[in-house]
Amino acid sequence: MSDERVSSWSEDELGVPGRVLLVVRAPEAVLSTVGVDVDPTAPETVQLAADLVATMRVSPGCVGLAAPQVGVAARVFCVDVTEHPKTRTGHGTFVLCNAEVVESSRNEKAREGCMSVPDFTGDVKRASRVVVSGALPGTGEIVTLTTDAFEARALQHEIDHCAGLLFLDRAAGAHAIYARKTYL
Amino acid sequence: MTSSPSASATLHAITVLGHDRPGIIAETTGCLADLGLNLEDSTMTLLRGHFAMMLICAGSPGAAEIETALAPLAQDGTLTVTVREVPVEQPGFSDGTPWVLTVHGGDRAGIVSSVVTEVARVGGNITDLTTRLAGELYLLIAEIDLPASVDVTAVEAAIRSVASDLGVGATLRPAETDEL
Repeated sequence: MSDERVSSWSEDELGVPGRVLLVVRAPEAVLSTVGVDVDPTAPETVQLAADLVATMRVSPGCVGLAAPQVGVAARVFCVDVTEHPKTRTGHGTFVLCNAEVVESSRNEKAREGCMSVPDFTGDVKRASRVVVSGALPGTGEIVTLTTDAFEARALQHEIDHCAGLLFLDRAAGAHAIYARKTYL
Repeated sequence: MTSSPSASATLHAITVLGHDRPGIIAETTGCLADLGLNLEDSTMTLLRGHFAMMLICAGSPGAAEIETALAPLAQDGTLTVTVREVPVEQPGFSDGTPWVLTVHGGDRAGIVSSVVTEVARVGGNITDLTTRLAGELYLLIAEIDLPASVDVTAVEAAIRSVASDLGVGATLRPAETDEL
């Protein structure tokens, strides 16, 4: 049921236009700061959610964006992996507040990039099946979604951002970081 | 190039450093093959755009003979080649556990030395290390063997403390191996 609710969600529900914000880059301190819990119904959270979606939309290749990436140390992120070829299960565009991974399994290693770390990519092992719980901005409904493959990876990457962690903090080893040669 | 050398084969450490261009590895390994040397372990990377290769090879030719064979590589002055005989090293016994350390933050002097000092203080052995600088971002990733007796929580706290003093972040986590 929650999966359907998340799939049917769109930023139109927020009722405020999103603003395109500047995406900060490491070593900006906010990216290594543990985000605070938010009130998903608070107007500033709703505005932040709209801003995250708007900023994701204008950023080429961007499949997710977390509040610390726009300079706010808070546990809010948006995801939309719809267009990505590695996506199996997908829930369209959605924003989650105070999200947590509640179940995870089937670790797989894959190469990740990040708008906030534009010069590197890295091999990171993450669960390929997850159950994630969080609150929708605006209504504050608690939702639980089950997903896999690329959406599972994107969710874990964004939840890490909200905990002040970059993919660099999960690199598989000393030779698991690569200089990026092409930029999206 | 993969056959085992005889037990009596001498080992040589060879380094090739300098301006990168296509063909350096082909030329180097071609010379070594012509001498009948076996490549054992090798590593090559680009460091700030500079070609950097180290390898250990086994075989009967001496250092002087290898140097002479590799001399054309260094002829135009853009590459430096060194050859040195090295003893056979027996891998040390380790009852330790493998860890991966990431440190990243704004570039400043002393990040690497401060952090690895904390690793050395508890007898931790760094088995692989990469550092990169991109713009303002300095990144260190080290693979570390920590002795079984070490209190890993305390080591991580010590590393985080010195990292914090330098204004950088540090993460220490187990190097997981999935046996298939």
